[in-house]
Amino acid sequence: MPAFSSPTPTLSPAAAPSDAPETLTGAEAVVRTLELLGITDVFGLPGGAILPVYDPLMDTSKIRHILVRHEQGAGHAAEGYASASGKVGVAIATSGPGATNLVTAIADAHMDSVPILCITGQVFSTLMGTDAFQEADIVGITMPITKHSFLVKDAAEIPATIAAALHIATTGRPGPVLVDITKDAQQASAPFVWPPKLDLPGYRPVTKAHGKQIQAAAQLIAEAKKPVLYVGGGIIRSQAAEELLALAEATGAPVVTTLMARGAFPDSHEQQLGMPGMHGTVPAVLALQEADLLVALGSRFDDRVTGKATLFAPKAKVVHVDIDPAEISKIRVADVPIVGDLKDVLVDLLASFRDATGGRKPDYSAWWSYLNGLREEFPLGYAETTDGLLSPQKVIQRIGELTGPEAVYAAGVGQHQMWAAQFIKYERPNSWLNSGGAGTMGYSVPAAMGAKVSQPDRVVWAIDGDGCFQMTNQELATCVINNIPIKVAIINNSSLGMVRQWQTLFYNGRYSNTDLNTGHQTMRVPDFVKLAEAYGALGIRVEREDQVDAAIQLALETNDRPVVIDFVVSADAMVWPMVPQGVSNSYVQYARDHAPSWDDDMAETGRTENDALAKELRTVTGGNE
Amino acid sequence: MSHVLSLLVEDKPGLLTRVAGLFARRGFNIESLAVGPTEIPGLSRITVVVDVEDLPLEQVTKQLNKLINVIKIVELDQTQAVQREHLLIKVRADNTTRSQILEAVNLFRAKVVDVATDALIIEVTGDTAKTQALLRVLEPFGIRELAQSGLLAMGRGAKSITERVAVPRG
Repeated sequence: MPAFSSPTPTLSPAAAPSDAPETLTGAEAVVRTLELLGITDVFGLPGGAILPVYDPLMDTSKIRHILVRHEQGAGHAAEGYASASGKVGVAIATSGPGATNLVTAIADAHMDSVPILCITGQVFSTLMGTDAFQEADIVGITMPITKHSFLVKDAAEIPATIAAALHIATTGRPGPVLVDITKDAQQASAPFVWPPKLDLPGYRPVTKAHGKQIQAAAQLIAEAKKPVLYVGGGIIRSQAAEELLALAEATGAPVVTTLMARGAFPDSHEQQLGMPGMHGTVPAVLALQEADLLVALGSRFDDRVTGKATLFAPKAKVVHVDIDPAEISKIRVADVPIVGDLKDVLVDLLASFRDATGGRKPDYSAWWSYLNGLREEFPLGYAETTDGLLSPQKVIQRIGELTGPEAVYAAGVGQHQMWAAQFIKYERPNSWLNSGGAGTMGYSVPAAMGAKVSQPDRVVWAIDGDGCFQMTNQELATCVINNIPIKVAIINNSSLGMVRQWQTLFYNGRYSNTDLNTGHQTMRVPDFVKLAEAYGALGIRVEREDQVDAAIQLALETNDRPVVIDFVVSADAMVWPMVPQGVSNSYVQYARDHAPSWDDDMAETGRTENDALAKELRTVTGGNE
Repeated sequence: MSHVLSLLVEDKPGLLTRVAGLFARRGFNIESLAVGPTEIPGLSRITVVVDVEDLPLEQVTKQLNKLINVIKIVELDQTQAVQREHLLIKVRADNTTRSQILEAVNLFRAKVVDVATDALIIEVTGDTAKTQALLRVLEPFGIRELAQSGLLAMGRGAKSITERVAVPRG
């Protein structure tokens, strides 16, 4: 099972049952259970229906409660806490709007398989169903976006339910679990039985894979001429980066790391081709497209990776390893399906591979010579801005270079996220946090806050956009007051940049509702430096390239409070390379009007299948600049 | 193509919502649904008929299996399982048509369970082919009201869906 540290009650040595169980209120049982499960930090905000729990929370010395300013912040903080550490994150909210404010973060955690536990208060069980004050059916609302959810109306059930919730959140494919507890259950008293018995007859995650399938996979890798290890976030969740490195080096196969897997394989490694997908590197995109074997490791053939799925990697056989059987053959039929925990599967796969090859490395030299040609011709890069204003890519690159790979980088969603995925070099897992599946603007600041709480000795950067930042910056107050000195880099292009980029490319430059008025020659509402200062953070404005390094250095030296740097950048910079939505990845454009040229071989991949589409695309991307 | 799935589930609040919601969310259409207790306290059985091709069916089954309260899923195809549905049919019947209707009822081994001067309620149990055939025969007389159960199904032979299943506590 993934090694999320969740001391399950059955394993806890300190938890010998005493003869006469102590009687606790439900609220006390919540706190005691969290303590016994090893939870040390929780993020939350009280309200009427969760008030009983907040009373004993005041007395515990084992749990640090961090009072957020908005429950969404608590949810994303729990995510950031979990994603940076591999531990479970916990968020607490009251009923009704408190609970619904968690919904976005829960959905986000569900999409990215982040283990979080959300505890919500519910109105008195006698009032449920009567449209009572601050009543919302949060179990019903979150059914599609949780791994599981519980409603507890009986104080006696609290320890076992929270223990089960934690077990579900952290084992198998991790995810968010919600426990909704009525106020009367919190107030009532019941014997506190520990350790509780987990009663989950329908929950048996498969972790050990089938030996025959592993042999079949090893055989395919040994026989392949053009294999690619297509690495997804599952590697990070199962803490299998070392095992991945061993397999990659034994095979010599190229590796691509998806948006969720940045850091799962070192960027400095010569076999790393970078990120695939809509804004992936040309070598990564075309390696997948040209491959004869995809070894999908904890990746899920997301549409942002595959482009038009029917034209994705048309010549490749597929080995698909995932702990969730439902991911296998969901989008792309797997020739060799392997259900199991990557941490174990990769070890077995490596052993099988060695058996299959007799220890000889397969000869991928022709494949590498093609890929190295692509790397040479299409390196990751960016053009200088045409308006003379600061280049956002440059800023992000310098943050990465000056801070280094030991830091944690949490991005928002949009252009800055893509640039942060491209231009910061990741060398270790859990160093890159972002909202990959859900694409939640506003993720960055609270996620960075959560990450800093779990990793107090690491530098934590929030790489944010001016749009994203305005969605959740209230958590700067939480950071200042609780001494959580994160560093926020606002890549301020004064607009909803990614939307603006699509308007540039696909809507003839008609910029409908994407101007945010925070940058050059605008009213600058809000003034981010003043906003930072109002919160008690250090605010810095950077408008010229020669100020960039000094500002980053000052941020790195300032650890007594959060830092916000307003990098006012060019609004015209675009994210390249790009595959337009809904077409074959063979249409990848390196830069505007600059697509790689093709040999005859590519005819089969769908590139020439639709000449009309190709012409149309050229027209569309011809644009107005 | 229609597939019959039998789900062994924990009898928990909201369980049906979870199952039905999953079908809706993933874009699969439920043709019929039957829910009830099993011989083991705390376990219920849901028989669901869904119209999908084989590959999406695999996806439905895998997604259903991920629901924590779903313990087991088996597909019960017609050759390996007994399948039955139960119908109540209110048919217009007067002195001129009643005997013809009763003849059909007998032929189909159905039963009359209510008689009024101008209508009959007929009860019939059988597989879908039989019940549909009876409905076609009764159609010309005028069907006033129809109540139909979801399909029930059970694998033939001595094996049971509840074999080697952990019995829930409490």
